[in-house]
Amino acid sequence: MSLLRFTNKGIYCKKGDFYIDPWQAVDLAVTTHGHADHVKWGNKAYLCHDLTKPILHQRLGIDLKIETLPYNKQIDINGVKLSLFPAGHVIGSSQIRLEYKGEICVVSGDYKVEYDGISTAFEPVKCHTFVSESTFGLPIYKWQPQDLIFSQIKSWISNNHDQNKTSVLVAYSLGKAQRLLKGLEGYSSIYVHNSIANLNEAFIRAGVDLPETIRITADTKKDDLQRGIVIVPPALAEGRWIKNLINGSTGVCSGWMQVRASRRWRSADAGFALSDHADWPGLLSAIKATQAEKVFVTHGFTATFSKYLNEIGIDSEEVKTQYGNEEEDEKIEEQPTVKEDLS
Amino acid sequence: MSNKTNDKIAALVSYFNDADELDKPFVIAMFTGKKPKRPVNTSLIRQWATELSGIPDWLFAESYHSVGDLSETIALVLPPAEHLTNRKLHEWINDLAGLHSKDEDDKKAFILNAWNSLETQERFIFNKLISGNFRIGVSNKMLVNALAKQSDTEANKIMHSIMGKWEPTEITYNDLVGGAHVNTDSSWPYPFCLAYALEMEPSSLGQPNEWQAEWKWDGIRGQIVKRNGELFIWSRGEELVTAQFPELHFLVDELEDGTVLDGEILSVKDGNVQAFSILQQRLNRKTINKVQLNDAPIGFYTYDILEYQGEDLREQTMAFRRNLLEKIISQIEKKDIIVLSPVVSFDRWEQLAEIRQGARKINSEGIMLKNLQSLYHAGRKRGDWWKWKINPYTVDTVMIYAQKGSGRRANFFTDYTFAVRDGDKLITIAKAYSGLTDKEIKEVNSFVVKNAIEKFGPVRTVKPELVFEIAFEGIAESKRHKAGLALRFPRIARWRKDKKADEINTLEDLRQLLTSTLVNS
Repeated sequence: MSLLRFTNKGIYCKKGDFYIDPWQAVDLAVTTHGHADHVKWGNKAYLCHDLTKPILHQRLGIDLKIETLPYNKQIDINGVKLSLFPAGHVIGSSQIRLEYKGEICVVSGDYKVEYDGISTAFEPVKCHTFVSESTFGLPIYKWQPQDLIFSQIKSWISNNHDQNKTSVLVAYSLGKAQRLLKGLEGYSSIYVHNSIANLNEAFIRAGVDLPETIRITADTKKDDLQRGIVIVPPALAEGRWIKNLINGSTGVCSGWMQVRASRRWRSADAGFALSDHADWPGLLSAIKATQAEKVFVTHGFTATFSKYLNEIGIDSEEVKTQYGNEEEDEKIEEQPTVKEDLS
Repeated sequence: MSNKTNDKIAALVSYFNDADELDKPFVIAMFTGKKPKRPVNTSLIRQWATELSGIPDWLFAESYHSVGDLSETIALVLPPAEHLTNRKLHEWINDLAGLHSKDEDDKKAFILNAWNSLETQERFIFNKLISGNFRIGVSNKMLVNALAKQSDTEANKIMHSIMGKWEPTEITYNDLVGGAHVNTDSSWPYPFCLAYALEMEPSSLGQPNEWQAEWKWDGIRGQIVKRNGELFIWSRGEELVTAQFPELHFLVDELEDGTVLDGEILSVKDGNVQAFSILQQRLNRKTINKVQLNDAPIGFYTYDILEYQGEDLREQTMAFRRNLLEKIISQIEKKDIIVLSPVVSFDRWEQLAEIRQGARKINSEGIMLKNLQSLYHAGRKRGDWWKWKINPYTVDTVMIYAQKGSGRRANFFTDYTFAVRDGDKLITIAKAYSGLTDKEIKEVNSFVVKNAIEKFGPVRTVKPELVFEIAFEGIAESKRHKAGLALRFPRIARWRKDKKADEINTLEDLRQLLTSTLVNS
């Protein structure tokens, strides 16, 4: 594989002299998507999809040099042809396709194959070399169809409602939160934490169609909140903040919820295995569809997944990267204090 | 199901309100660990599941390691069900019981068909039914509380009923919670009265003369029941262990019908209590041989009487029960085998504190304090019985391996192996996976990720840098361990961020400790 190198700064394309999702500052960072483990502050320039730009501004600041591309449009960087294809992971998430003298490499970042209703649907891209994640690269991870999971979430919400409990859904600010909003379209009074509200506003400004939400602020009344549905990022679900705020039941939305032990570990009242990553069959079908001769497995169950690929005749190798901790890295701002309604 | 006890009890109550009548006794049996004989062995189940999923054995093993539960792993790796069925729990259980007489092909056909007709969650429960291990976050006490609430019955009566001898196929739910079966059954034990650990100063308990002090023994808590000419020995795990302790069988001729004694099963040689490590040699064995009988002879140190002449004494005071107990034991011949656990006399708390320091010399764990006016409670109740243990042993070690946890900690390095120094080498001394806060676990986890030297499957060798103080309850010789000794109940007491790896203890330190614990026995 001459086109890509795995260096201690990130995935490097020497011919084009740029990095893909580097974890140390570089001159040009081609960015698959806006999760904190894939894009760092301090690069001289960024290249990403049109809809990833507002996320980067929101998360890394205004003072950034960002070039954008739509999907399927090819540009040339030092002789390397570069184009973006939808990865289906979150809004704007892209697989990076590189071509040089007939050799094609695709770096997929994070991806999922099921259409989630809000991110452009995943598109398999034929290539010689494919770089894949393996977050859920074990055969125990097989997702139920999204419709079924949403009907479980809805019946949980109505059950909470009967018991006068607020449904507190725990979801990543970027991706999962918007997916939930789309899936729960039609419910009124959905309250969201600042980190989610900020992203939503950025998306709406960029032309994404999102259902209306209410930002939790210092002026939010406790009683109103009690009657609504609340969406918070993972870092808050474990703290006292939300528990002190309302009488609620917490539902964690994450692929990890597939396993009972993880539900207990997160001390969730309910867990929904709603993931933005490909499940086991999804990873395998995506990889087979690329017809790649070589697959590099970056983050997740790398050793296991790569060993299995080799056993089924797909030449594969694991690579050490710093991806794979969206949740840990999610930056959480100060919490607004909510007023008791004394009236 | 939720994590919170009250939510779980509410869920159980609501289940028992609505469930099928025939299902209920089976559910109680499962939660209390009454295992039917396993109809198909685990390795076959695992083999069929692997086959059906079309994955290699090693991948199944990796999945199992990540999930931490075999039944759940199987439920998750199987392909989706093709036709769903709706059957009652007791129907499944009866069918499974019927499998015993079938040959392997029939068994396989039944199991595969069942898997193909159940959803993931149902499959998980079905697999648990096969294995008989149904302890999933519901303790006996929790179940008892739920049943008590649902049937409006006293909790200790329910505890009685479900601890006794009954078959889910032969009893109705109402008879079971009503205790219809327990009077005709001579084996039933009483729920043990349990003590809380004393964490405050003993002087806060009041006057010394209100309390009875005894040694706290480190053995198997047991209840000896003699009724209708039969003798039963129950362990605290609610298991009948009569057959394991033939030395005590003579009591069938010594005790009157309607007598129940509470005490500790210990290994006692030449009048001295031996270390737990010696008793351990003969626990959970199907047969006891002569050597074991000779090396680890059993004694029963009794400290309470719960029933005499068929009368329940639990509403009598400790002082009354002790008095009666002393009288009864004095009439028994073999005083080396059935021993009245001595009362430790003291006038001042400081004096007792001093006596307590000598506990290790007689292989005791400390002092028990029982209020002389206390009744014999069912289970744990704060205030009347306290265990005042001596501090555990501790040793400073360095972490050398880390492994990802299973179950709820599957995605963090949480299982660590610790070593002490032996000359220039480090030698493994304990594995422990508890004692750290979630925050510390995350911190250690990132250390492991950054400082992994080598990788053996799920295990990482890490730079020997982090020092942990390991607490443990005892030490025993061990041929299976490289160090030649093994620690009992090792757990992380503290992460010693203030210490460096060259400040840890040596193997010689531990050898000396071992020698000192064996001198007495």
